[in-house]
Amino acid sequence: MLLIHCPHCREDREEEEFSYGGEAHIVRPLAPESLTDEAWGDYLFFRKNPRGIHHEMWYHGTGCRRYFYATRNTLTYAILETYCVGEKPLVSASIVSTAL
Amino acid sequence: MTKTSQINRLSAHVCASARTDTSVIINFTYNGRALQGVAGDTLASALLANGVNVVGRSFKYGRPRGIVGHGAEEPNAIMQIGSGAATVPNLKATQVELYEGLESASVNGWPSVDFDLMSIAGWFSRLMPPGFYYKTFMYPAKLWMTYEHFIRKAAGLGRSPVEEDPDCYDKLNQHADVLVIGAGPAGLMAALEAAYAGARVIIVDEQAEFGGSLLASTQRIDGQTAAAWVDDTVAQLRTFSNLQMLPRSTAFGYYDHNFVGILERRSDHLGLCASAGSRQRMHRVRAKRVVLATGAFERPLVFSHNDIPGVMQASSVSTYVNRYGVAPGNQMLLFTCNDSAYQTALDWHRSGRTVVAIVDSRSTPNGEIMAAVAEQGIEVMLGHAVIEARGSKRVKSALVAPINAQGSRLVGAVTRIACDLIACSGGWSPAIHLSSHTGAKPQWDAAIVGFRPGSSLQQERSAGSCRGTYRLSDCLTEGADVGAQAAQLAGFGDAKRLFALPHIEEYGEHPQQALFLVPHTKRSSRAPSQFVDMQLDVTAGSIAIAVAEGFDSIEHVKRYTALGFGTDQGKLGNINGMAILAAALDQDIANVGTTIFRPAYTPTTFGAIAGRDIGGLFDPERHTAAHHWHVRQGAVFEDVGQWKRPWYFPRSTASGSVETIRAAVDRECLAVRNSVGILDASTLGKIDIQGPDAAEFVTRMYTNSYLKLAAGKCRYGVMLKEDGMIFDDGVCACLGDNHYLMFTTTGGAAGVLAWLELWQQTEWPELQVYFTSVTDHWSTATISGPNARRVLAKVCDDIDLDKNAFGFMDWRDCTVAGVGARVFRISFTGELSYEINVPAHYGRHVWETLMAAGEEFDITPYGTESMHVLRAEKGFIIVGQDTDGSMTPADMNMDWVVGRNKVFSFIGKRSLYRSDALRADRKQLVGLKTLRRSEILPEGAQIVFDPQQSIPMSMQGHVTSSYYSANLGHSIALAVIKGGLSRMGQVVHCPLADGRTLAAEIVSSVFYDPKGVRQHVA
Ligand SMILES: [Zn+2]
Repeated sequence: MLLIHCPHCREDREEEEFSYGGEAHIVRPLAPESLTDEAWGDYLFFRKNPRGIHHEMWYHGTGCRRYFYATRNTLTYAILETYCVGEKPLVSASIVSTAL
Repeated sequence: MTKTSQINRLSAHVCASARTDTSVIINFTYNGRALQGVAGDTLASALLANGVNVVGRSFKYGRPRGIVGHGAEEPNAIMQIGSGAATVPNLKATQVELYEGLESASVNGWPSVDFDLMSIAGWFSRLMPPGFYYKTFMYPAKLWMTYEHFIRKAAGLGRSPVEEDPDCYDKLNQHADVLVIGAGPAGLMAALEAAYAGARVIIVDEQAEFGGSLLASTQRIDGQTAAAWVDDTVAQLRTFSNLQMLPRSTAFGYYDHNFVGILERRSDHLGLCASAGSRQRMHRVRAKRVVLATGAFERPLVFSHNDIPGVMQASSVSTYVNRYGVAPGNQMLLFTCNDSAYQTALDWHRSGRTVVAIVDSRSTPNGEIMAAVAEQGIEVMLGHAVIEARGSKRVKSALVAPINAQGSRLVGAVTRIACDLIACSGGWSPAIHLSSHTGAKPQWDAAIVGFRPGSSLQQERSAGSCRGTYRLSDCLTEGADVGAQAAQLAGFGDAKRLFALPHIEEYGEHPQQALFLVPHTKRSSRAPSQFVDMQLDVTAGSIAIAVAEGFDSIEHVKRYTALGFGTDQGKLGNINGMAILAAALDQDIANVGTTIFRPAYTPTTFGAIAGRDIGGLFDPERHTAAHHWHVRQGAVFEDVGQWKRPWYFPRSTASGSVETIRAAVDRECLAVRNSVGILDASTLGKIDIQGPDAAEFVTRMYTNSYLKLAAGKCRYGVMLKEDGMIFDDGVCACLGDNHYLMFTTTGGAAGVLAWLELWQQTEWPELQVYFTSVTDHWSTATISGPNARRVLAKVCDDIDLDKNAFGFMDWRDCTVAGVGARVFRISFTGELSYEINVPAHYGRHVWETLMAAGEEFDITPYGTESMHVLRAEKGFIIVGQDTDGSMTPADMNMDWVVGRNKVFSFIGKRSLYRSDALRADRKQLVGLKTLRRSEILPEGAQIVFDPQQSIPMSMQGHVTSSYYSANLGHSIALAVIKGGLSRMGQVVHCPLADGRTLAAEIVSSVFYDPKGVRQHVA
């Protein structure tokens, strides 16, 4: 069971208070009608499934009810940072791979 | 000690180190036989003391099996403890502490361990190759139940109690700076250092006493016995207020982010149902650092008939002698490939029984312990191996032969040596299970001939023999260092050792030999069975056959042969199995690798996992304000999410019996259409939405527009996911400027709120809008039927109820039964309806007032079943029943609800134009009328166009809702059928599992009042 730091509550809380929201930073197209079926399909259905660093969305449903982002290593399940909507991650796959 | 059956019990003066107390006799039974043990015994040590040889029958071949080990690794002595409701199956006798009156029985062995019908199967063992279950029982599939019944009974997997568990279990969430798992030499030192540094420490051990291997050791530490050193150290630990000791506690699973599950057995050792408190407790520990000091298992040696009772692990023989004062035999032959087992010969010799010889597979060992053995006059046969044990229910002799230096073949004549105990040691395997749970990949180390823990993926370190560190002095040093480091990493101390390490006299050791399979005069496939996994009867020969049949991955061979699949998880057999596989594949064991260990380390009771979350505490129940009124009326309830909703209200009939559901529902439905009914609709989700951008936000979420909805008006809306599929539906009312009330389905309420929050927080934070769940704030009574207005008029006189003044899809603030109310004129039945919302605390009062007011109209309470029938008569969908996450509004024939000219591209809009959403053969909602009017189609029935076609038939859709309609006098159904809307009038067929095929005509989904005039009655 993961231990997740909620950036709003500023506390480490048990995973059972949260729900997973999938890949982070997917922006809704501003003019959906102008997109081809394929481009709209990419937005709808296609998600990264990286082995390693992944930016993802979490929802503190039984806490502050705020969505936030986490950078998680999908291999070790280590959560490297959590940050608020509107913020940018400090850790990225490229930073981690050069650090290694 | 009085007269006793304990023929193998050593007298106290022979065995001063024993932790048992022979002055305290404990009575117990084994397979109905009355036996005696002593205080401090395990069930296993007591059975051995009584000379019990056979404790079970093997899984596949029904061979007699005896006790092999002394702890969690024991594969054979699997017991059913106790009887009745509190009986526990599948406990290892080596882990069961003896208590007065304990009842035990072997689980393997039917009809009895001493005469086992299944041993006949042993004669056919050549007919039971690996993959036997797959090959034999795969076809015909319908016989599987018969086979399974037979296999289970024959294999004796123990009996679960059928009565309710009388015991109580609980859970404790704990936090620790340093969690130490294992209280052997390394764990004790780690805990001592970490506690001294000031860290909050928890130390757990699965045994009743701390000390681990030291409890059975004859080594001297700082001039005192090992056990005395343990006593001193434990006393020292007890002085720390920041340290918690958990004996009888098994860390069974190591989960993400240093979360460890620990099962504490609080009263099992006192007897069944002995405790006033909880029997077992689950500790859910989140630790900053974990120290794994879980020890090692001695590896068995694989030779022919190495499963005959009397073949035991050398370290276990030493443990029984030194710790329990029990000598499990008389004439011991020791078979080893390493120095450590020589100690067993010394221990056995000291107990006064005979060491026949030491058989050492190495040709030229020169460890220092050899001199100690020679001093006692014990014969040592170097370069020899035990190739086969002889005997049936007990070892009678061993076949011994010289082998080559590689240990791969015999190089001389076979001699037969009489003995009744063969103590074996194939070296040691670190207990890397918990480390594996973290995902760390075990690494083969040829130097220790074993797998070491892989590099840590979590905040943990291993110390002592679970890391392949075997010398006692090294274990103590490593434990101390790792403990001090763990404390420092958790924020305490400077990682330097604070305690002086004790002085220990140790023998210099000669390296062990890697001996995984002892050669025989015949090759493995022909030799008498050489058992690798005793619990599941996996032999070296069966691994060879698996390889011959083309299996070359350890994970596949494991599944094909069942290696390591028993309740012991192959703690003894795994390494030998992998090495034998590697040899058969002509590969390195490092390449073949090990299987992945998963929780639980040892079997864990469901009771402890569930804790108090059972019965009424399993899941919260939500009750409406009028719930107890419904109960008093004899309502039958159904679960909708956590809500209890009245399903129907059966009445007593004149004859005194109670109405059937069909009779009650028919009556309720007729009452609504002919007079008036009342429904408790309080469970509908209600979300209060406010803010300057509320209208814009709501309009983006629904398919239709709310920008021009005036205060006092309601609108029905459908919500889509971004893929265009219907997700929820309900009415949304404009309460005033920038203020809306959104109704959701009962089950969808939480999901819709999270969905609104998602879009507002992540995509459109610039929209000022706020959401509050008010579901529980309001109690809702819906009155529906041609007399609804007349009922309402009797209890509400401060607004004009005229059909034009208070129109359909309007809502009003008013006073109902003296209570401030919001009344919505909306309808889910097609009849004139008012949904009367009052603050929840007034719900029961308003409900009862409405019942009294409606009495003259025979107002009839109705439940969810009638609600479903009534809405189906009108063709109103239920999201989640008529839709399944793959239905668009057009599929539901509800294009009218989609505002295609809305400025903002509402959620899901673009998906409605995807080519797939426009296919003409999408499944579409239609009505079905069975050709035989009384036949009711089963919900979920598949629909085909041609019932004569061959199987598998081409399925064209399915029935989503189906009922008998008393108002219409025939059955009705809703279905989704490919291109259904263009197939009106066609006949379709539902082939059923019972062989019948029902025919039905495709009709409009609106069965009743298609023009919708009834909700406008004056
Ligand atoms: Zn939070």
